[in-house]
Amino acid sequence: MDKIIGLLEKYYPVYLQGLWGTLWISAVTVLLGTVLGVLVAVLRMSRSKALNGIAGAYIEILRGTPILLQLYFFWIGLPKLLPFLELSDTQCIVVALVINASAYIAEIIRAGIGAVDKGQWEAARSIGLTETHLMTHVIMPQAVKNILPALCNEFITTVKGTSLASVFFVGELMTSYRSVQAATFLALESLTIVGIIYFLLNLILSRLLRVLERRMTASD
Amino acid sequence: MTEEIIRTENLTKNFGSLEVLKGISTTIRRGEVVSIIGPSGGGKSTFLRCLNLLEEPSGGKVFFKGQDITDKKLDICKFRQSIGMVFQNFNVFPNMTVLENITLAPVLEKKVPKAQAREEAMALLRRVGLEDKAEEYPRKLSGGQKQRLAIVRALAMQPEVMLFDEPTSALDPEMVKEVLNVIMDLTRSGMTILIVTHEMGFAREVSDRVLFICDGVIKEEGSPDQIFTCPHDPSTIKFLSMVL
Ligand SMILES: Nc1ncnc2c1ncn2[C@@H]1O[C@H](COP(=O)(O)OP(=O)(O)O)[C@@H](O)[C@H]1O
Ligand SMILES: [Mg+2]
Repeated sequence: MDKIIGLLEKYYPVYLQGLWGTLWISAVTVLLGTVLGVLVAVLRMSRSKALNGIAGAYIEILRGTPILLQLYFFWIGLPKLLPFLELSDTQCIVVALVINASAYIAEIIRAGIGAVDKGQWEAARSIGLTETHLMTHVIMPQAVKNILPALCNEFITTVKGTSLASVFFVGELMTSYRSVQAATFLALESLTIVGIIYFLLNLILSRLLRVLERRMTASD
Repeated sequence: MTEEIIRTENLTKNFGSLEVLKGISTTIRRGEVVSIIGPSGGGKSTFLRCLNLLEEPSGGKVFFKGQDITDKKLDICKFRQSIGMVFQNFNVFPNMTVLENITLAPVLEKKVPKAQAREEAMALLRRVGLEDKAEEYPRKLSGGQKQRLAIVRALAMQPEVMLFDEPTSALDPEMVKEVLNVIMDLTRSGMTILIVTHEMGFAREVSDRVLFICDGVIKEEGSPDQIFTCPHDPSTIKFLSMVL
């Protein structure tokens, strides 16, 4: 216990920096992942068999392989594929995280839209709404209620998922653990600190999200 | 002869290898009230849904006022605006108030000014006794009230024909009457109506013509008196003996 407090006193800027890294990487991942995920979901639901198939394969491959493998793949592959961009390790890893999240988010969106009663589509069409108005005014407002809670869960999953980025020494919480452990050889103590930070972070997040969810269902 | 509103020519529909409609040809004229009766699974709903292309016909043609609406080049939304439809499960929009349910399509698709759309919606709501529910959300409504809302939502587009698919089948018995009364009122106003129903007494009372659809074809059609008192086709006789 003393050692933990000692570590905190001496190294708290390292942990704070790690926390900041975890937060911004998660936020960027979920934000860009959602944008990309919407795109993939739109393709997945398109009438074109080819687009549909490509999006389906994209989702299946990303959900069917380990995320750590994907991180390695992009970390090694992206600089080779796009050398002129001179991507940093962090940028490669964030790209990989965004792409990984987009697959899960695309499925969340698709399921959320799929859960809207078929009768709603038919009724909207029967009064002569265009397909655009049908989506913007009838389907999406109802789908969002299904999508948001799952998207919030995805955010928490992402927060934990970013810890894998420490393998590549990208500055986030797990990397802070590794830095402090390397400097002090106090592995368990440093792990405990990082673990508590993760736990508190996700606890606060899930509480916040629950409040948000309740607001949304209340307006229904 | 009054103007024809809907005409089908040898309309067929398959779901995979299942032939649901096997060639339906009929004409609905302006002001006519036509009831469709028949056993469950006979293709009544599918027939109705082909008329506004909620289902794409596999073969044959559907004409709305002489225009073939199965033509891919046409804007089907425009036609659907003139063809109101009411479903068994109401399908009101839960994310909008009663008033918004009604004004949505007129404002978005017909560019009716909001104030005017609201006024017309209120007039419709008064007509079906729902004016005090205008600002409520549909979850606060009973089944009968939801179905009346669904009817005025369709009417707000000033359709030339109304399609009803078993509008009272999902209702508790005590609410059937209030919905049938609204439809009855519509028939008196001269609306062209095609209604699938199991309310045989109602069909007999309001219809100009009754179609008996079974196994994907019109097995028999005629005046309500003829169909209900002296049906000719053996399948009609069998069906009526079971439901009457
Ligand atoms: N989307 C669909 N896919 C496959 N089969 C369908 C579909 N819709 C209807 N059917 C089938 O078509 C037949 C006729 O259905 P329907 O038109 O609903 O009959 P009805 O309204 O007379 O009870 C039924 O056997 C039904 O299972
Ligand atoms: Mg039916």
